[in-house]
Amino acid sequence: MAQKLSSRELRRKTKQIRHAIDGTRRRIINLKFIRTAQFPYRAPSTPKGIDPHPTESKTGSSFQTSWARRTPARTIRMLFSEFPMRPIVQFFAKPAMIGVETLSDIPEYQPVIFVANHHSHIDTPLLITSLPLRWRKKLVVGAAADYFFSTRITGALSALFIGAIPIERKKITRKSSDDIAELIDKGWSFMVFPEGGRSPDGWGQPFRGGAAYLSLRCKVPIIPIHLTGTGAILRKGKNLPKRSETTINFGKPIWPIDGEKSRSLAKRVEISVAQLADETSSNWWESKKRLYEKETPTLHGPQASSWRRAWDLSHLKRQQENNRLWPKI
Amino acid sequence: MADERRRNPRPGLVLEVDRSTPPALFHYGEGFRLEKLPAGRSRILYPPEPLPGLNNPDQHIRDALENPLGDSPPLSALLTSGMKLTIAFDDISLPLPPMRSPDIRQRVIEAVLDLAAQHGVDDVHLIAALALHRRMTESELRHAVGDRVYDAFAPSGNLYNHDAEDPEGMTVIGITPHGEEVQINRRAAESDLIVYVNINLVAMDGGWKSTATGLSGYTALRHHHNPQTMVQSRSFMDQENSELHKSNWRQGKVLKESGIQIFQIETTVNNNTFGHDGPLAMLQKREWEWTLRDRATFIGYQTGLRRMNPSTKRKIFSSWYSPYELTSIQAGEVEAVHKQTTEHVYKQQLVNVEGQTDILTMGIPYICPYNVNSVMNPILVACLGLGYFFNMYRGKPLVRKGGVVIMTHPTPWEFHPVHHPSYIDFFERVLSQTKNPTEISQRFEKAFAEDEWYRHLYRTSYAYHGVHPFYMWYWCAHALDHLGRVIIVGGNPDAVRRLGFRPATTLHDAFEIATDVVGSQPTITHYHSPPILMADVQ
Repeated sequence: MAQKLSSRELRRKTKQIRHAIDGTRRRIINLKFIRTAQFPYRAPSTPKGIDPHPTESKTGSSFQTSWARRTPARTIRMLFSEFPMRPIVQFFAKPAMIGVETLSDIPEYQPVIFVANHHSHIDTPLLITSLPLRWRKKLVVGAAADYFFSTRITGALSALFIGAIPIERKKITRKSSDDIAELIDKGWSFMVFPEGGRSPDGWGQPFRGGAAYLSLRCKVPIIPIHLTGTGAILRKGKNLPKRSETTINFGKPIWPIDGEKSRSLAKRVEISVAQLADETSSNWWESKKRLYEKETPTLHGPQASSWRRAWDLSHLKRQQENNRLWPKI
Repeated sequence: MADERRRNPRPGLVLEVDRSTPPALFHYGEGFRLEKLPAGRSRILYPPEPLPGLNNPDQHIRDALENPLGDSPPLSALLTSGMKLTIAFDDISLPLPPMRSPDIRQRVIEAVLDLAAQHGVDDVHLIAALALHRRMTESELRHAVGDRVYDAFAPSGNLYNHDAEDPEGMTVIGITPHGEEVQINRRAAESDLIVYVNINLVAMDGGWKSTATGLSGYTALRHHHNPQTMVQSRSFMDQENSELHKSNWRQGKVLKESGIQIFQIETTVNNNTFGHDGPLAMLQKREWEWTLRDRATFIGYQTGLRRMNPSTKRKIFSSWYSPYELTSIQAGEVEAVHKQTTEHVYKQQLVNVEGQTDILTMGIPYICPYNVNSVMNPILVACLGLGYFFNMYRGKPLVRKGGVVIMTHPTPWEFHPVHHPSYIDFFERVLSQTKNPTEISQRFEKAFAEDEWYRHLYRTSYAYHGVHPFYMWYWCAHALDHLGRVIIVGGNPDAVRRLGFRPATTLHDAFEIATDVVGSQPTITHYHSPPILMADVQ
């Protein structure tokens, strides 16, 4: 039977183990051939008086993702989206879909821009696994360059498994939009959360104009989508997911009008997503009536103190159809 | 190449059978048969290929609502705040098989409601205009009108099935000069505007039949759903010569004169029943154009279907949704709308045929208007063959007076106990005594129509009305009057004999049996459908 150590004894032994480990590390570092290794086994030092050549960053918006759109990576991504992504999403999110049939009118090879509100890290896998296959096969997802591509490992994983491409959200640059426009012109569809990040408090944030700009530039439709319930799964500030029922509400495609400004198109998209949100929390007919009366609730919530905003959120629970009007036969 | 062919579909074809003609496809319930027809005296009628669908159907719907036909103002001008609006729509019997989402009804109803919302209309009811058909289940309604509309209206009780036996819910509007009562759903009658959303699959659908039949009840239907009207409708798919059509039109006139305002929206679909490509594509190809893949698929189906029980086969076939496409939409005044709609139906379905033959053969498929998600019972087999397929003509029938119809169907002695309770009694108690439609109508109809138990099942369960099997039998009245014999190949002999028909094991046997009536070396027409075709017989 093992003898129970006193706390003093325990501390002493822990110290001994730590010392032994540190000693090993030190001994490895001090190995002669590592200590004495020279160029080319070690990086060259810059001679004095010479300005070092500016190194090109390989992370952030400069991260190269073209390899993730080649066939091997796409195959891995498709397989990954079916397993384990789909069962995980089903387990945590249990999505109900509304209006996906409205997408059936879009021509077969027409690239589109999917625009959705953003509450949770599960939004992306939820949408990827819910989109019709024809778009899933050629889909890139806009992801924050400063978050998903901050290191080469997270960037590679994001590009490989969700088809992410970096979008700069802290600096104004044309590189991201040029890259994405080029991909759309090549037939790739693009998914983006135009709020620029997950909602901090459950309410929506203003839509940025990037999706509208791309739609006008590439002449492709925007599919507005509203996600409900994902905020409870993995909202901002949480590390462990919780299960919650979710609803994905697809709106009708919004085509850019000739001569339209991107700000106006972005507004139309935001109103459309707001109407979908209203529909999810009430019903299609009520939301339509409010739309024409210009009384559609905004996505941003009331301009009030944080507790009142949180309070108002509780009213937006989706109407559940508990009572079946007709029994199953 | 395929796209080019789809943009320029071929018209229907009458193929004279010779020795090089491959065996023809016969539908056989939840299965198929390939049958060789006698060379030199047989012909096969192939339907026209599917017309191309309209691009951007939603835009066409909006255009139709704003540019109505006849003397009707645009729909937006008819919608005002505070009005009572009723939207009625065709039930589960259309189209066949059910179409893929989004259903046309969903598209049209969403467009109508969009306008209604724009004009501040609050009091809106949606009614499945099913007359004496069974009520639609939640999932069927969801499929027809879409989740959005369903979730917005059904929980508050504003989307529901028409109930023709609700004493408070029905009202008699008037009587035609021929003494026909006109009865209609009270909510619809009391509305400021009825918008009827129709799918015209065959030429019989639509027009005044939509409101005067769909929203009506036994009191009014008995005036045209009877053997006399059916025998005089030659055929009921040909409006000019249909007594059924004329009776409906008389009732419609009474509705119009009573001041009820109806905005009719009629749509037509192409006959892309089994898809240009996909697992059933070969069923709408001509046999000599079947590719290796088509043949392999067909053999696979035959092998698999032979090993399955009927219930599994039914489930598999019921899961097929046709990729129909919208070919036209008309809106406005009922008669002006229906005139154009019928032209569009004919454009897709008509095939010119020279003369009649001694025998008409037809493969009976797994579905008819009254067994969607249900069982094709023997009465429905007779109704589909002799009621619908036999009547798919303009001019004169494809088979001569005193000729023979040969159908292929397993015709099981099987009924859906929930959907068709009165059919069971009709088959056991009525057909065992007489097959004569007139006698049946006089001796038995009233008792079934007024039976409280059938009424109860119709109103609260999912049963067809008690009188419905009678109507199915009357549907056959013209054919029974015209034909010398009816033979069913591969059917349950007891069930076939109960119908008054002759069973045969093979098509060859059936031809042998037919020689008693039509003599040796008879001429034969094979009606190669579905997809639907209508013969214009000269």
